[in-house]
Amino acid sequence: MHSVVCIKQVPDSAQIRVHPVTNTIMRQGVPAIVNPYDLFALEEALRLKDRFGGTVTVVSMGPPMAEAALRKCLSFGADDAILVSDRAFAGSDTLATSYALSATIRKIMDNMPVDLIFTGKQTIDGDTAQVGPGIAKRLDFQLLTYVSKIVDLDRDKREILVERRAEGGVQLLRTSTPCLITMLEGTNEMRFGDLDDLFRAARYDLKVWDRAAAGIDAVEMIGLKGSPTVVSKVFAPKPRSQRAEIVDTQDHDPKNLAATLLAKVFTQHPKLEQEIAKRAS
Amino acid sequence: MAEKFDVIVVGAGMAGNAAAYTLAKGGLKVLQIERGETPGSKNVQGAILYSDALEKIIPDFRDDAPLERHLIEQRVWVLDDTSYMGSHYRSEDFNKPPYNRYTIIRAHFDQWFNRKAREAGALTICETTVSELLQDGSRVVGVRTDRKGGEIYADAVILADGANSRLAVKAGFRGEIDPKDVALAVKEIHFLPQETIEARFNIGEDEGVVIEMAGKISAGMMGTGFLYTNKESITLGVGCMLSDFKEQKVTPYELLDRMKAHPSIAPLIAGSEMKEYAAHLIPEGGYHAVPKVFGDGWLIAGDAGQFVNGIHREGSNLAMTTGMLAAQTLIELKAAGKPFSAANLAAYKARLDDSFVMKDLKKYRRMPEIFHHNKQFFTTYPELLSRAAQTLIRVDGVDKKTKEKDIKKSFLASRSLLGLLGDALKFWRAVQ
Repeated sequence: MHSVVCIKQVPDSAQIRVHPVTNTIMRQGVPAIVNPYDLFALEEALRLKDRFGGTVTVVSMGPPMAEAALRKCLSFGADDAILVSDRAFAGSDTLATSYALSATIRKIMDNMPVDLIFTGKQTIDGDTAQVGPGIAKRLDFQLLTYVSKIVDLDRDKREILVERRAEGGVQLLRTSTPCLITMLEGTNEMRFGDLDDLFRAARYDLKVWDRAAAGIDAVEMIGLKGSPTVVSKVFAPKPRSQRAEIVDTQDHDPKNLAATLLAKVFTQHPKLEQEIAKRAS
Repeated sequence: MAEKFDVIVVGAGMAGNAAAYTLAKGGLKVLQIERGETPGSKNVQGAILYSDALEKIIPDFRDDAPLERHLIEQRVWVLDDTSYMGSHYRSEDFNKPPYNRYTIIRAHFDQWFNRKAREAGALTICETTVSELLQDGSRVVGVRTDRKGGEIYADAVILADGANSRLAVKAGFRGEIDPKDVALAVKEIHFLPQETIEARFNIGEDEGVVIEMAGKISAGMMGTGFLYTNKESITLGVGCMLSDFKEQKVTPYELLDRMKAHPSIAPLIAGSEMKEYAAHLIPEGGYHAVPKVFGDGWLIAGDAGQFVNGIHREGSNLAMTTGMLAAQTLIELKAAGKPFSAANLAAYKARLDDSFVMKDLKKYRRMPEIFHHNKQFFTTYPELLSRAAQTLIRVDGVDKKTKEKDIKKSFLASRSLLGLLGDALKFWRAVQ
């Protein structure tokens, strides 16, 4: 049983500040964390390893500092970690990233077949949810998105049964492995690793693969060249200027309170009043 | 966990990192255990870095340590409710490298310091709490952590686990910290553009200013305030003795809010955006509060050993130095093939006594007691000084002789002549 978990190091978006003058995002000094959604993917892979044995390999594409995120995953119990890092990847959008990661996974598969690929639902910095599906497509793997539970895995028949959260309900899906699963948040709880895992993570000789090591020859498919997405402008949405008004009920006769409140709503939204009046008539 | 280490260092603050680095450099097999998510994530300090202490450990630290600004100006302010009286000392000598003091942000600095320790060969694990020391009779032989498979053995354990040192208390090496021996300090980091900071404080790129404050800012309690300039932010805070907070029923943030609203301070942080709020206990009991800091297989360094010079606002340099001295003691014993017994580790205490650490603490040993019992230093005098200054400066047709008489009268009305002389004498004795 070999699972590959794709993770990304992201700035902790809860701590990101917007420059008060230039309106640009200030990344400096913001702690870098493992994309929280990816941890649900990692934990699910570790649970399968608990049940069936095998190997969990964690992969990330990013700058050298992403090493910390991979070590973190090792400390939870992942067996191997590969950092795909090369200046040639700079400026990659989701299309180029999925290309680079699928090439990397193909390389991994040369050494050991892969049964499952896991990714998080999406990242908290890009929020696109595109890289996982992109990898599945490029590797011609079955794709299961927004998975909330792995119900069953039959390794002999090479079949997997999962629950998938869909609009208006839960789908029960069966497909063949190998496949790619994007794991939904809140579906499991990350474990507290053993001391042994911590020691191993701290001492682990992290593999860093450059473009060539990842088996990528087509330079035009990665980095800025391989990225058709153009960010034309970044701006912070204007905060709402209107504040909620708090009406002290003690100042009003309870009999008229509803009417008073309605009157307040209608002064803010005159059209609403007209519309309601129209419908009533 | 069958693996055994020469030394386990508990904590990755100033003392812990200094110890781990020195031990690893000295060729010992060292494991460092940190409770926080990363080194520095739980550490709080003003923060000023005193170069000297770090130079003795990493001479070329300036090459890559994350430093904010080197300090070229020191301001000491005594405040009442509406004014401050102060002395400013600024010198171009402080602008000549190697610089003597820097502002730092601990979250960044500690990660750097810990990286240095790891590069030297120390093994650091984070998010792991040491729950207790493993003892064989009176001898410490390792630690128990909160992780599965969590017992680890070592020939010695250095406790650098901070002011409260739950480990030392649990093992009976020292008592619970006394509220009168510990200050509770709160601080905020306020973001401001670099150019604004440099204009407001009349400083160039990389140059910094420190303001130390006393007086009514502590609302009658024994304590002080501070304001430091970082690269793109201002750190300001206030700390008072925990026993005083308990007695006065003032919350620390109220004190800090009052400080920020002071007419002399508000303009310095105007238009800023608060980035961070932190609180910390600072052991300020001084010389008499220092517990026994060594025994069979264990040593205490940094805040855990109450090594703070509250009068000079020095703590991190004492932490680094004690961490280094603890490590050097172990390295020397190991080289001589001697066991880490209490008798042999007494060499650590000798090193401490011989260093500025214990010499400075001893010099000010009377200070905490005097300030505890003479709150007029924090209340009456700042107001008297301010009133005196204003009387002298304001031109209002009153002749100078009368003004001087008024000032003298105001002092005598608040403190008798004997009281004034007594205070002067107490102060003099305290700094001797």
